[in-house]
Parts: sequence; structure tokens; C-alpha cells
Amino acid sequence: MELILSIAIGVLAGSGVWLLLRPRTYQVIIGLSLISYSVNLFIFSMGRLRSNAPPVLAGQTGNIADYADPVPQALVLTAIVIGFATTALFLVVLLASRGLTGTDHVDGREQQ
Amino acid sequence: MTGWAHHLIIAPILLPLVAGALLLLYDERRQFLKGVVNLISTLAMLCVAVTLLRFADGSTTGVYQLGNWPAPFGIVLVLDRLTALMLVLTSVLAIASLMFSLARWHKVGAYFHTLFQLLLMGVNGAVLTGDLFNLFVFFEVMLAASYGLVLHGSGQQRVRAGLHYIAVNLSASFLFLIGVALIYGVTGTLNMADLAVRIPAVTGNDRLLLEAGAAVLGIAFLIKAGMWPLSFSLLNAYTVAAAPVAAIFAILSKVGIYVLLRLSPLFFGAEAGTSEGFGSKLLLIGGMATLTYGMIGVLASQAMARLAAYSVLVSSGTLLTAIGFSDTGVTGGALFYLVSSTLTVSAFFLLIELIERGQDPAAGILAVTAEAFGDEDEDEAEAEAGVALPGTLAILGVCFGGCGILLAGLPPLSGFIAKLAMMVALFNPAETATGVSTTAWVFTLLLILSGLSALLAMSRVGIRVFWAPIEAVVPRVLIVEVVPIVLLLVLTLALTVQGGPVMRYMEDTAHALRAPTQYIQDVLSAPRVPAPGEGGAQ
Repeated sequence: MELILSIAIGVLAGSGVWLLLRPRTYQVIIGLSLISYSVNLFIFSMGRLRSNAPPVLAGQTGNIADYADPVPQALVLTAIVIGFATTALFLVVLLASRGLTGTDHVDGREQQ
Repeated sequence: MTGWAHHLIIAPILLPLVAGALLLLYDERRQFLKGVVNLISTLAMLCVAVTLLRFADGSTTGVYQLGNWPAPFGIVLVLDRLTALMLVLTSVLAIASLMFSLARWHKVGAYFHTLFQLLLMGVNGAVLTGDLFNLFVFFEVMLAASYGLVLHGSGQQRVRAGLHYIAVNLSASFLFLIGVALIYGVTGTLNMADLAVRIPAVTGNDRLLLEAGAAVLGIAFLIKAGMWPLSFSLLNAYTVAAAPVAAIFAILSKVGIYVLLRLSPLFFGAEAGTSEGFGSKLLLIGGMATLTYGMIGVLASQAMARLAAYSVLVSSGTLLTAIGFSDTGVTGGALFYLVSSTLTVSAFFLLIELIERGQDPAAGILAVTAEAFGDEDEDEAEAEAGVALPGTLAILGVCFGGCGILLAGLPPLSGFIAKLAMMVALFNPAETATGVSTTAWVFTLLLILSGLSALLAMSRVGIRVFWAPIEAVVPRVLIVEVVPIVLLLVLTLALTVQGGPVMRYMEDTAHALRAPTQYIQDVLSAPRVPAPGEGGAQ
């Protein structure tokens, strides 16, 4: 389980960084989104993974070790919202840049 | 700090939030009303900040428990000397840049006033919070507002620089999150004071992970502060931003510096065991590299806005190096330098716009701006805005000279005292008795050289603008635009006149930062406020 998650995070982050370094604004924004997914998964995994545990603790008296850590879940929720909002904002700037410069190159002009 | 005054701690966050939301209710035709609301809110913020400064200087650390949960579990706001200092500095800059913008700049784009207030909210929140994740949230508030403001006035250059600025800062935010998550994963807490208690107990591989987390987190702050290889997007954003926006942005890089000042002694102070002083070598080397890069940039810049942007880097580099020394005396001097240099750079950004108004590049940008926003009635705007200033060139020249003296660090203004205080501390190291280190010599040399380069660059630009033209272009400048610049420069003069008390405050701040036991104790042992039902007054 740990291995699968780590590989998934790694692949997402790696593809994200590669896209971030590409010259087209659309690639940059997709790269940023991929990185944000990987970061969100990473935050989530900091609450420790647990396999074969019951999702609903009914009828058991409260043993704190049976519960998942709620803080990373709260953090990841906040991070998702903020990441979503800033990505939307970036999309607007991207469109403005496309409109003003007539190209989708990140520097606002095609390379010669 | 008891009773109602206790609630003042949260006022610097609530006030701009409410004002910013209120401003959204009015559309762009009510610019005058919006300006008034914005100004009132900012003035009120200054009053609150000054009151908080007096509290912070006298009593112990003020702790405000949100939701009335005690510190390691709930989120707290913490007010100490450094926080209060940053609050006052922010509100002073805000008033200056707001007054300046009211003459004309606030009309060249939508939602200027709302974004402005939200930016202030983000900065205030970031310096007040005592919790790492909340720091992230307030950083995002601040950055989101700054994304809007950097595009204020539109135009191709701003959009292009804004695109880079946003992409870099979004990536930095992800690094911030990774760092926070790693630190939480190892220690199980996000409260800064609680972290300081738990870090010494971390051992083995966990310590490696913790240091990795701190390093990733540090990179995020260094991007904000503009350390050398990470500062290129910052330079362009500062250069092309509208003048009042650039002036208030002077505080943004200082928020990165603030976090480093706060966290490095707290997390990696004397009690941190093997991690003591973690990262300070990097700060030393990176700071000096930034200082050198900024210095060369200052010498090489032809355009004044570029010169000012490089001055921001010089100031950041100086501060980063000073933090890297991990010495109480140097930190005290650095705090004085922080205030002085921020005021200077801010005044300089405002001044540049006035000087360049008559000349081609700035006029070009303004024209593009007007075209993009459909603002064709510039003549009308000039007619209604207020009284033009007599003797414009003389006053602008004096202000320019003041900025030059401040940037170069010459007496009698505060730039000199700040640099002197740092150098005195460098040559009298309090914490080690091993004499003056080589690094201290190099830093001193760089400090003097950076002053010299600023002096050279400023005289060159000054001669070109004020003396060389045969037919001097006299820009049309309103009194309301000069007042904020004069205000900022007079403040630096006041810092000199009141040098003793101010320096005393800075040294107390530095002592509290370097020995954070009191801070930790105050945050963790702050009592809950009894609920009305539980009896007993607050």
C-alpha cells in the first residue's frame, strides 16, 4: 500500500514538474494541477496509512489508536480549496496573456 | 493586556477583512467612497497597530485563542514585539501607498481597494499567527491579493511578469505544503511553540525527515524573500507593478524575512541538539550571494524602477546574511535595517513614478494602461484630482537625494544607523569569544560596497534626470502624491532622532527572538477565557 501510494505521488509530481518546465502556458497549468494532486496525496499520507482497518468504529469504546489522524484530513481539504482557487486565478491570467500577446508561450513571444 | 483590549489582537485581521468585503458591495463608479472606506480602515489599522506595539513592549506575549481552545490544540494568534513591529510597518506603508494611489492609480483597474485590504489582511495574519498551517493560509490570502494587484493597470508587460510571478509563487506554495506536512508527520503538531518543545526530542531518521521538511519549508520562504537564484520573477514583478502596488509590495519580501527571523531561532535554537543552527550556513552564503547580485544589478540598471527592484534584493540579502549570523546584536541591527530599508524602498518606488511621469517609458505604460481599461478621460482625472505642486522639481530632487542617502547608508538618515548597528555587533560578537570571523569581514565589506554601489547608481541617475536635460520636463505632480513620500522620508529621519529608544526596542526584540523560552511558555500556558456560564470575569 505504501509503495503504491509513493509511486503514485512520485509519478504525479514528476510529470507535474516536467510539464511545469515546458514553454506553453497550458502545459504549465496542467503541471501545476498535477503537482497539487501529488502534494495533496502527500499531506494525506502524513496521517499514516492503515490497511484492513474498519472504516466505521461502531460499538467500540474509544481507543484513540483506532482512529485516523483528523488533522491531515483537515489540512488537505484546505489545501485543495486554496489550490483550486489559485489555479482558477492562474487560468484567467493565462487567458489574459494569450489575448494580449497573441501567443501561448510563457514569455509572451515565440522563440526564434 | 486584559478585558476588551485583549480582542484588539485579532483586529488587524478582522478590520481589513470586513472593509474588503464592504468595498465589494459598491461598484467601480463609487471610487471616491471606496477610497474613503479604504483610508478609514487603514488609518484605524495604524491606530490598532500602535496600541498593540505599546502593549507588546510593556507586557508579556499576548496570546489570543481562537475558539477558546488552549494552544497546542486550537489555533492561536500571538502578539510579541516582532509581530507588533511588522504590524506598524505594514500599516505605515499601506497608508503611504494608499494616499499615493488615490491621486490617480486606483482608477486604472477594477477592485483595487478590495484587493488592497485583503493583501493587508494576509500580511497581518501571517505575522500574527502562531501556527504553521494558518501561516500557509494567510500566505495564500496575501499572495492571491498580490496576484491581482501585480496585474493592476493591465498591459502586456504586467501580464507577462504577473504570469511568471504567479507560476513561481504557486510552486513555492506547494513546497510550503510539503514542508508543513513533513514537519507534522514527524512531530504531530503544527503550533510553533509546541514544535519548539518537541523538536529536541526527535531522534534518528525522524530528525533527518524533520530537517528535510524544514529545508523544503525554508525554500518556500526564501523564494518570498528573494534569495539569489530564486529571485528572478520577483525582480520583474516589482519593476512593472504600478507604483503604489510596488510600494506596498516592499513589505511582501519582508514577510518571508519575518518568518525566517521567527522560526530559525525557535526551531533550531540552542536547545535543538544536533540541529542547532540548521540552515544558518545556507542563509549566510545565500544572503551574501543575493547581496552581491543585487549590488551588481543596482550598478547595471538603467531604468529607475529596475534600480529600485534590485535595491529590494540588496535589502533582502543584507537581512538574510544577518539572520545567518545567529547573533543577538546583529539581529537587533538587522531589525532596525528592516524597518529603515522597507520605508526607503517604498518611498523610492513612489518617487520613481513621479519623476518618470514626464518621460517616455512610464508615459507609455500609462497609455497602454488607459487603453486597456478604456480610461480615456485622463485630462479630466487630472483636473478633478486636486492641487498641483509648485516647485515640483526641487521637491522631487530633495526626496530623491534623501532616498539616495538612505540607500547608500550615509548619515544623517536611518540607513547609516542600521548599518552601523550591524557592523558594531559584528565586531563585538557576544556569544562567542573567538574574535571576528572571516565571514564577518566579508559581510562588512559587502555592506560598505553595496552602499557605495547605491551611491554611484543614484548619483548617475540623479544627474541624468535632474541636471543633464537642457529642457527639463516638469512632471505634473499633485500634493497628495508627494505627501506620502515626504511622510516616509520624515519617518526615517524620526528613526534617526529617536535612535536610542528605537534601538532599545529592536534589541529587546532580538533578545526575545534568540531566547524564545518566554514565548514558548506564554503560548503554551495561556489560560482559557472562562465562558459566561462558568462564572468569573475575563
